[in-house]
Amino acid sequence: MKRLTVRKDTYFDSVFLMLATRGIKALPGVAEAVVAMATPMNVDLLAGLGFPKEELAGLSPNDLVVAIDADTDAVLDDATTAAFDALKRKSGTGAAAGNRTAASLASGLALAPDANLVLISVPGTYAAREARKALDAGMHVMLFSDNVSLDDEVALKTLASSKGLLMMGPDCGTAIINGKPLCFANAVRRGNVGIVAASGTGLQEVSCLLDRFGSGVSQAIGTGGRDLKNAAVGGRTSLLAIRALAADPATSVIALVSKPPAPDVAKTVLDALRSAGKPAVAFFLGMPPAADEERIAYASDLEEAALLASLLAGGADGPMQARALMLEDSGNDHYNKPRPSRIDELAADEARRLSPAQRYLRGLYTGGTLADEALFLAHAQLGGVRSNNQTDPAWLMADPFRSEGHAIVDLGDDAFTSGKPHPMIDPAARAERIVQEGADGETAVILLDLVLGYGSHPDPAGACAPAIRAARAAATSRGGYLPVVASVTGTPADPQGYSAQVAVLEAEGVVVMPSNVRAARLAIAIAKLAQGGRA
Amino acid sequence: MNNTAINELFSKPLSALNLGLQSFADNLAAAGAPVVHVDWKPPAGGDTAAMAALDRLAAGARVDIEAANAEAVRRILSAKPTVTGIGLALDTVPGMATDLILHSGPPVAWKDMCGPMRGAIMGGLIYEGLAGTPEEAERLASSGTIRFDSCHHHDAVGPMAGVMTAHMPVWIVENKAFGNTAYCTLNEGLGKVLRYGAYGPEVIERLRWMRDELAPVLSEALAARGQLDMKTIIAQVLQMGDEGHNRNRAGTSIVIRELAPFIVALDRPRDQLAKVLSFLNANDHFFLNLTMPSAKCTVDAAAGIEGSSIITTMARNGTEFGIRLSGLPGRWFTGPAGVVDGLYLPGYGPEHAARDIGDSVITETSGIGGFAMAAAPAIVKFVGGSPADAVNVTLRMYEITAAENDAYQIPALDFRGTPTGIDVRKVVDTGILPAINTGIAHKDPGIGMVGAGLVKPPENAFRDALIAFADRYAK
Repeated sequence: MKRLTVRKDTYFDSVFLMLATRGIKALPGVAEAVVAMATPMNVDLLAGLGFPKEELAGLSPNDLVVAIDADTDAVLDDATTAAFDALKRKSGTGAAAGNRTAASLASGLALAPDANLVLISVPGTYAAREARKALDAGMHVMLFSDNVSLDDEVALKTLASSKGLLMMGPDCGTAIINGKPLCFANAVRRGNVGIVAASGTGLQEVSCLLDRFGSGVSQAIGTGGRDLKNAAVGGRTSLLAIRALAADPATSVIALVSKPPAPDVAKTVLDALRSAGKPAVAFFLGMPPAADEERIAYASDLEEAALLASLLAGGADGPMQARALMLEDSGNDHYNKPRPSRIDELAADEARRLSPAQRYLRGLYTGGTLADEALFLAHAQLGGVRSNNQTDPAWLMADPFRSEGHAIVDLGDDAFTSGKPHPMIDPAARAERIVQEGADGETAVILLDLVLGYGSHPDPAGACAPAIRAARAAATSRGGYLPVVASVTGTPADPQGYSAQVAVLEAEGVVVMPSNVRAARLAIAIAKLAQGGRA
Repeated sequence: MNNTAINELFSKPLSALNLGLQSFADNLAAAGAPVVHVDWKPPAGGDTAAMAALDRLAAGARVDIEAANAEAVRRILSAKPTVTGIGLALDTVPGMATDLILHSGPPVAWKDMCGPMRGAIMGGLIYEGLAGTPEEAERLASSGTIRFDSCHHHDAVGPMAGVMTAHMPVWIVENKAFGNTAYCTLNEGLGKVLRYGAYGPEVIERLRWMRDELAPVLSEALAARGQLDMKTIIAQVLQMGDEGHNRNRAGTSIVIRELAPFIVALDRPRDQLAKVLSFLNANDHFFLNLTMPSAKCTVDAAAGIEGSSIITTMARNGTEFGIRLSGLPGRWFTGPAGVVDGLYLPGYGPEHAARDIGDSVITETSGIGGFAMAAAPAIVKFVGGSPADAVNVTLRMYEITAAENDAYQIPALDFRGTPTGIDVRKVVDTGILPAINTGIAHKDPGIGMVGAGLVKPPENAFRDALIAFADRYAK
């Protein structure tokens, strides 16, 4: 059936009418629709479509016609209403004016002429091109993307060095520049410690602990994992960063965190630290600390690195005095909690209810550096720990998805993240793994890290709490007890809130330690007791 | 190794650009840092050969591409298109002959032509008296005795099918700054017209009237008035709500104002003059056939500059979309003509649409049309519905152009010059294709315009052109 509705002397531009026609034609049950001005041509067309000629007579080109052919009256009613609504509606969905989005790097620079840093997280194949363009434009670069070739990294860093620009990354997950968090970073108090770090969660742990100890960060510069480790890259970014921090009046202490550098690179970078004219702390993960120098303290773990830096930043006169302030009887108990003796008590308390079958440590990590820190400690103390991060092939996990013996798993490893978000963003895979370890009667203790801050999951504790509950219940049902030990890398100012996250874990019976290294020590102590052949 | 730039960064507020994950921009904004998020897309749509071409050019070229482009842009901006008169195609258009029919877009053989193009050619043959019936015309067209060529090979442009035959009157538009000339037929109006492939008796009759009365009247009036400075008029129409391609109401009005006093003063029968003025008044797009040759002679002046990556031709023939680069003269790079995303006249829909056709995209090539969308609020429904959408279309075109026009300005953008001089490197790099406004022809010959809208040109034409450009100029 056909219906004509006319609004006399109501003019609409033809484009609005065509748009309305298109919308009405798409409605279910509408066979034909014309929304148009009653020009002679359109009147002829409507007559041709079979609309009543008598109704069309006498219309003028200034009259609006809504002509609809549909199966039922209801559809006719709805379609007619919809046609007038479509004409009435002023678009509120147009692109918002004044939004800060650009279509290309070049136009972004035009939009923000004061821009000084470009953050790049595009797929690796394209990342080097974009970074080069940014450097060419005189911008500092933070390159989050991985899968950038070594050649490209060397070329980019050579270009950056020649221009004196900061080239953080590739594969740089975190930095804090001028107090602003880049990618995965925590809301850390500003202060006078400058950090240069080749590792992501290492930088996060040190910066958060500095905040905890009452100190703060002037700048935290990520370099990417290969910067010091690979001789070809030669620490180009680290060297430039150390120089900049040496010249920075807001920085009074420099902290360097990295995996062991290539030998030649180590010498160059330590020389740079020595000539910085400021006290420094160096921590090379997986390497026994060297003897302190006059101005460089060598830390044995991330917490100690933060502790030494904090004490030096607070006015300690060199490494020797800083170390004196860390001694158990120094009166600075604030910095050394819980003490080793207390950790032993906690371990004994947790291990007391283990069943004889429970023997092994299972560390489930989201942070790669945190996993490594725990792994080196545990591997030495437990007589061998399997891991997907193991450098010793004999101890490399045969199947990273299944733990055997003592195991520390880095769930941020490529084996787990191909096609999936990183567990710091989506903790679901780790929650499943917690349940899996809980179902294993040999698990004596589960060790966890929780990394807060910008970029991380909004509630990592809440995301693994049900899994912890299930794992512990499973152990209890077998007549045992499952200790869960964790540390939370975060600050009170982080979006997730440090205390709130700790409270969620403690409500599940998790023993929360103030740092990753202390959590690892407690878990190791529990595992040792489990190994100790209780009667 | 100098660290002062880094220390300068430490001493100033952080202001970041973010390419990639939007959440990193959101985090920075939440932490109070100014940040601009870049809506990043893989360059060249991830096409490795095109990306390699970009990199080769970036690594070093045998000529100074930037200087070559600056020269191309200088020529485009300093062009002075001027309507000098009306002539017969055979007498004025270079290479025109009685056995030659020109058409829009890149060269195309009869067997590959779309419906409207074939219909227009059949109509052209009837108009020339070379065929008596459509059947005869079709036989003749496919016989091989009639030659076909692209308008662009003869300094000409034509809307839609763009068919030009020997005895059609043409506008003569001279670029006074460089002495080159462009030609275009006169606009026939809407409805059943040759350019949309119609060839019925009323079409032929109108074409003959245009030759016998309209052209002489306009020609005499123009001679009496003096030459028309098109640059000034186009600059004005952009301030009056036209964008120079799909909306021509202001331009047509200006031309009527300019010519009417001289038309009515001609020593010709009153009814003849009245018919001419009524014809102009009834045809909103009359001005388009003046804008097109103006744009054509403007960009032609920039053709053939060694090392320039500026696009000097974009054109469609209903089968293929083609472009030519300044630095690669004579070479067409083509891809399949697109389907227009458009709005339709009552009674028609996408099922009736022919593929993208016509030389009118020369307006975009010269920096108006879709590139000046922000100037034409009346037709924003073509680009999303709101004036802000139209502004965004124009803003995006600055991403792929080398200059801002010093004569053509957009009131809504605080009189910023229109984006002008399309650089094929930028098109491929950003993946932003030129915004092209266009009319939609019925796919069958003889029906006419069924709508209008926006068309997406084929990306491969731009990539192929870039790769050829890199082959020629990269070190």
